[in-house]
Amino acid sequence: MDMSLIKEAPATAEPALSEIAVSVRNISKNYGAVEALKDLTLEFPRGQLTSLLGPSGCGKTTLLKIIAGLLEPTSGEVEVNGKPVTGPGPNRAFVFQDFALLPWATVMRNVAFGLELRSINKSKREDIAAKYIKEVGLGGFENSYPHELSGGMRQRVGLARALSVDAKVLLMDEPFSAVDEQTRRKFQEDLLGLVQNENKTFIFVTHSIEEAVYVSDQIAILLPRPSRVSEIIRPSGFRHKDHDQIRRDPEYLDIVDDIWASLRSYVE
Amino acid sequence: MANRSLYLKILSAVIIFGAWEIAGRIPVSYAFPTFLESMAALGNMALDGRLWEAYAETLRPLVVGVAISTVLGIGLGLWIGLSKFFDWLVSPIFIVMQSAPLAALIPLLVMAYGIGLTSKVFVVCIMAMPVIVLNTASAVRHTPESMKEMCKSFLGTRTDMLIKIIIPAASPLIFSGLRLGVSAGFIGAILAELKITPTGVGDIITFSRSIADYPSMYAAIFSIIVLAVLFLNLLERTEKTLFKGHDRGYVSD
Amino acid sequence: MKLFGYNLPGMSSLIIWGLLWELIGQLDVTFFVPPLSEVLATLFEIIGTPAFLKALGETGYAFVVGVFFAVFIGIPVGILMGRSRLLDELLLPWVNVFLSAPLTALVPVLMVLFGFGMKSIIITTTLFAIWIIILNSRAGVKQINRSLVEMAKSFGASPADAFFKIYFWAALPEILGGVRIGVIRAVKGVIIGQLLISIVGFGALFELYSSNFLMAHFWAVLIVLFALAFTIAEFLAYLERRVAYYAAKR
Ligand SMILES: Nc1ncnc2c1ncn2[C@@H]1O[C@H](COP(=O)(O)OP(=O)(O)OP(=O)(O)O)[C@@H](O)[C@H]1O
Ligand SMILES: [Mg+2]
Repeated sequence: MDMSLIKEAPATAEPALSEIAVSVRNISKNYGAVEALKDLTLEFPRGQLTSLLGPSGCGKTTLLKIIAGLLEPTSGEVEVNGKPVTGPGPNRAFVFQDFALLPWATVMRNVAFGLELRSINKSKREDIAAKYIKEVGLGGFENSYPHELSGGMRQRVGLARALSVDAKVLLMDEPFSAVDEQTRRKFQEDLLGLVQNENKTFIFVTHSIEEAVYVSDQIAILLPRPSRVSEIIRPSGFRHKDHDQIRRDPEYLDIVDDIWASLRSYVE
Repeated sequence: MANRSLYLKILSAVIIFGAWEIAGRIPVSYAFPTFLESMAALGNMALDGRLWEAYAETLRPLVVGVAISTVLGIGLGLWIGLSKFFDWLVSPIFIVMQSAPLAALIPLLVMAYGIGLTSKVFVVCIMAMPVIVLNTASAVRHTPESMKEMCKSFLGTRTDMLIKIIIPAASPLIFSGLRLGVSAGFIGAILAELKITPTGVGDIITFSRSIADYPSMYAAIFSIIVLAVLFLNLLERTEKTLFKGHDRGYVSD
Repeated sequence: MKLFGYNLPGMSSLIIWGLLWELIGQLDVTFFVPPLSEVLATLFEIIGTPAFLKALGETGYAFVVGVFFAVFIGIPVGILMGRSRLLDELLLPWVNVFLSAPLTALVPVLMVLFGFGMKSIIITTTLFAIWIIILNSRAGVKQINRSLVEMAKSFGASPADAFFKIYFWAALPEILGGVRIGVIRAVKGVIIGQLLISIVGFGALFELYSSNFLMAHFWAVLIVLFALAFTIAEFLAYLERRVAYYAAKR
């Protein structure tokens, strides 16, 4: 298959070095005998959304947790803003696939939890949390408990918690996998808004080709065993368009088709 | 529909107590008083104050023993759950204790500590502690991994992790361990009173039996069972309201 | 637990505790704890004696008969409760009451009704074991997949067939779980019964040893008892794991 075609069509200039927020160099990760990642190198431009797309078990979560500092790579290094990562830090926030909310805490405390761990005083952190609770559309649910919320609402709590610590890099592990299709579409649109308004770097793991193409400035396709980046795609032609026009854009459709064509062999 | 279940409960109580009454009237055995006789004896004992004195006596080793087991048991359980080495070193003892008939230790305890309160407290402790320790340890071990990672990624310290994540996440299971511990403690407390020295309710039971006052004996047994069941039910209710929704909210359900 | 890269087996720390016991015994810290080696020597000495074998036999008999009744009454009652709503609502409160009741208090009643002998001990054993068996069998039947039941009906299974070929097997993992806990409770029940009635089995043996201050004998019998109880519990846990493989895939 002729990949050069797609790569040229949306090509923008390669981002300059200072615009790289996170860079991952020659990362390998072994779980005992399992080689989850091997010699993986990838750069994430500042202020943009990069998707990690690939079949199940190819090491997307592993990569994200290494960037977050939750896992140590077997070899290789990760830099955030030019500084090597040695553990979790205030410049990164994680949005968990299974939300990881505290069931015994209200929405307010959950959203403020990241700030609570940073010893910010109560009234101040609740002010900040309240702002983000509104921003993700949960105003009025401040005193509800997670079990009183729907899956989509819980996901927003996780998102608000990550936003409220004001980290420059947001790591999102399949954040929309637990919500229904309608909510998911709404979230995708909201996410596009967030990328535009907040000057943050988003790293986004997904299984869905359409979702990746819809929301991403850059898509890294990972192939399994041992995992490596097989190609990087930068859809750009439709980024400026109206959100509801994107799915009809011919470039969008082409990219979706091409990604499927290259991933298909790994499913069969 | 809520009424149906209530009616059936009343009906089944009537059937059982009715059967007791009839069996007592036949009588199936000289040592089998009727339900009404037993209730009358219970009323008498409550009125002349014997029952309350007995309970004050019986509950003392129970309360002391359960309190010691709670503090010690939760402490040990947390430690076992947090430290691999301590787990390896100590859990086998409690695993064996959990399945072993610890009542067999009573004669030894009596020899070592005499027939006073100490021995009885010990009996309650050895009965109640294993389940508290093992439940706490397993609750700590099963703290959802993603919550711990969440705490780490938002820069929580080890103390934050213990106090803000692990203990609250483990508390429902710890609490149900406590409930089971209390239940075992009741068994121990009564066993101690029947086996070591008859005091409290155990004294009423033993004494009434020796003078063939069977209604009083049955009444005492009835009352201790009712007390234990009511108290354990209360604990269970508390558990349900206290930890409502705890097991949900962090999984995608 | 890992030591120098080797995985230490689960219960291996008991060796350390055994050594500690030996040490305390050798140091003569207390009269009540003779050295483990002495206890083990005594164990081999008494294990073949008629008194010990008699106690073991009597306890084993009471235990087996008690568990037999608990299982063969408990499982059918539990299954019936799971099938019939009326029966369930009538019996469940009582099952729950007896599950949490301190059953030791009932032993004196059994003593006056059934005498100071084997019968009372057997009933005590059954009482300790039966309630959890009922409750678990009931839970097992309640969770049976409806489509499994409908499948059986659609193939024209008779009620007896449905009972033995569907309900029993589909509920087996829960039932076995109940039997395991029930048996562990029965071990405790049989000992409690013997302690309180104390003229048969190990109860009598304990009485004899403690009144003659035969510490090593006492500990030797305790070790045998605890080891037996632990073996039974582990064996049943193993059996339960054997059927658990399909528990998840029903
Ligand atoms: N804790 C672990 N121990 C051993 N192997 C692991 C562990 N975590 C992940 N793996 C292995 O590493 C590989 C990559 O796992 P990872 O969770 O990163 O995949 P993924 O791309 O996120 O998959 P999915 O899309 O299903 O979430 C898998 O083959 C998995 O079996
Ligand atoms: Mg994953």
